[in-house]
Amino acid sequence: MRRRGLVLSTLAVLATSLVAAGCGGGNGKGPAQLNFYVFPEPSGSFEKAAKTCSQQSNGAYSITVNTLPSDADGQRQQLVRRLSAKDSSIDIIGMDVIWTAEFAQAGWIKPWTGARAAQVTQGTLPVPIKTATYKGRLWGAPANSNTQLLWYRKDLVKTPPKTWAQMLAMSAALNKQGKPHIIEVQGRQYEGLTVWFNSLNASAGGSIIGPTGNVTLGPPATRAATIMKTLASGPAADPGLSQAQEDQARLGFESGNAAFEVNYPFVWPSAQENAPKIFKNMGFAPWPGVNPGQPARVTIGGINFGVGGYTKHPNEAYAAAACLRNRDNQKLYALKGGLPPTLNALYNDPALAKPYPFKDLIRQQLNTASIRPQSPAYADISLAISKGLSPPDAINPPTIVSSLTSQLKKAQDSGALL
Amino acid sequence: MSTTTAGRVEAAPPKRKKVSDRARAERRLGWLLCAPAVIVMLLVTAYPIVNAFVLSLQRADLRFPDANKFIGFDNYGTVLSSSLWWDDVFHTLLITVVSVGIELVLGMLLALVMHRAIFGRGTVRTSILIPYGIVTVVAAFSWRYAWSLDSGWIPGLLGIKTDPLAQTGWSYVAIIITEVWKTTPFMALLLLAGLALVPDELHEAAKVDGANAFQRFFRITVPLIKPAILVALLFRTLDAFRIFDSVFILTAGQNNTETVSILGYNQLLNRLNLGLGSAISVLIFLLVAAIAFVFIKGFGTSLAAQRGET
Repeated sequence: MRRRGLVLSTLAVLATSLVAAGCGGGNGKGPAQLNFYVFPEPSGSFEKAAKTCSQQSNGAYSITVNTLPSDADGQRQQLVRRLSAKDSSIDIIGMDVIWTAEFAQAGWIKPWTGARAAQVTQGTLPVPIKTATYKGRLWGAPANSNTQLLWYRKDLVKTPPKTWAQMLAMSAALNKQGKPHIIEVQGRQYEGLTVWFNSLNASAGGSIIGPTGNVTLGPPATRAATIMKTLASGPAADPGLSQAQEDQARLGFESGNAAFEVNYPFVWPSAQENAPKIFKNMGFAPWPGVNPGQPARVTIGGINFGVGGYTKHPNEAYAAAACLRNRDNQKLYALKGGLPPTLNALYNDPALAKPYPFKDLIRQQLNTASIRPQSPAYADISLAISKGLSPPDAINPPTIVSSLTSQLKKAQDSGALL
Repeated sequence: MSTTTAGRVEAAPPKRKKVSDRARAERRLGWLLCAPAVIVMLLVTAYPIVNAFVLSLQRADLRFPDANKFIGFDNYGTVLSSSLWWDDVFHTLLITVVSVGIELVLGMLLALVMHRAIFGRGTVRTSILIPYGIVTVVAAFSWRYAWSLDSGWIPGLLGIKTDPLAQTGWSYVAIIITEVWKTTPFMALLLLAGLALVPDELHEAAKVDGANAFQRFFRITVPLIKPAILVALLFRTLDAFRIFDSVFILTAGQNNTETVSILGYNQLLNRLNLGLGSAISVLIFLLVAAIAFVFIKGFGTSLAAQRGET
């Protein structure tokens, strides 16, 4: 008798707690609770934008910012693991531009159509829109963009090089004079190495994957690989080249040993703060081209805001994602967080001129930017490229096209080990 | 609980039938009490193992959920015919053999020190065990910083000018040192347990007969603690073969340091290829089982021989 009473009361407690938990979900009454998953942005501009948008929604929704791991692989890992388990608590996603095809193909994000699509593409630069487009549909609201520039020492280099060949020659000349001559690049076996190769290959007129999914590497890839090999095996290479990511390249340039650096604009405020002496002579120029007289086609980066495929509040999530990338918030991200906007008009805003003296250069490069292969198997493709080109000083340019092509074919088909 | 009751039951044969009813009830209660634990164990160990095996027979890629199908042992064919898998098996074996070998020698020395320490015994034992108490990832990070060209103390000490963790040879040295530093205390602890069983009289008798320290160690201590040595080697080999954290932090498998666990991780978590990743997991499981089998075979007989001698 007593035992039954105990069981019953336990069940009662369980039942009430379940009901209470069910009520906590917020169905119907009160603002929809939206979870926004995005990379950790140190200045806190995403949190600020989320707060503003929640207030402006007049009680329709309330956005909570959840930060993802700091490295891109970790961010993707967490998202795909949860989305493939149909996690309905992921409402808005800050998606790296390379995830669009994968997430769209698997049904992990919802498409943007009609008036919603028009709202987030109006006045937006065309290449960022292309990064959010897969199979003719829009899968994300372009939120911010990114592109590498060439940074150089004005005290060592009078006119910045227009091509990689010129830059290598200038570095060799500086080396002969015993002056700082290193060219800082990203040589570690990771996404950054794929970016370097993609920019060089596209600038040489090549592509990696064609529209039908066929591998299209050719002579431009050989030229790109030759440049990488020449740099990595010559005096222009940093001793830590094969481990260098964006941050190692930045530190290398700030240490004063380098004459050139290809990197994202975050190096500008960083040098201003950490290495004022170097900053005094720090210049910026377009990313060097491969073909003389032709501008480079630099790889585009950045994030688009997607709506989670299993969200319980799709309407609110679309509205919130659109708000989070509106003009005011993009300006906030640019000024506070240093993230280049995707809205064309913002590049004419005088407020951006001071922190962004290179804003016109960025817009110009974004308009000619190249996109990394838009394939659901992009993670495999990138892994195959970075593995095939690592370490850069061991690249064998004459055979690189055939070896990369066979690896890329394997990567596109799930039936191969990588 | 139930065994002690059963013991008491057998001591009272006259009331056999009545008591055996009670014993049966006791046994049933015993099973009922165990059941939740057994069911949970089956759920958390047997289910994933069976599921991994089932997945390994399918083309299962989370990115292409519509293309899933049963493909038999094709995934195993893909893995076993890939040079990458055999390279990684070789890397793993290299790390395992070298690190476990060094750990055995160092662990034995530390065990002897802990065993023979006269004063400050507690302090000596505690300080030796500290590395084992540190989380592997944390230990691996501290070694990574120690080896880093910018801020570490090792490259300066050895006069290395290029990043050691970007070179295959140095990467292996770093990984093996991290492993040895971290797990030698574990080895030492297992060996110390063996040393505690060696009777002092044997050493004293040998001393009287004029045996020197080396002779006493190799002729008395080692044969007597052979079972402890084999247990320690088995545990460490099984652990070392599944090495993941140190390599992941130090090199992430770059410059030909990829191990089988990292290969499986890449297929599962980066490529979301559950079929291939599961096939690798099952193969690692089989290799680990084979290692355990070889050790237990060898060590089972030696344990029996040991018992026969003493």
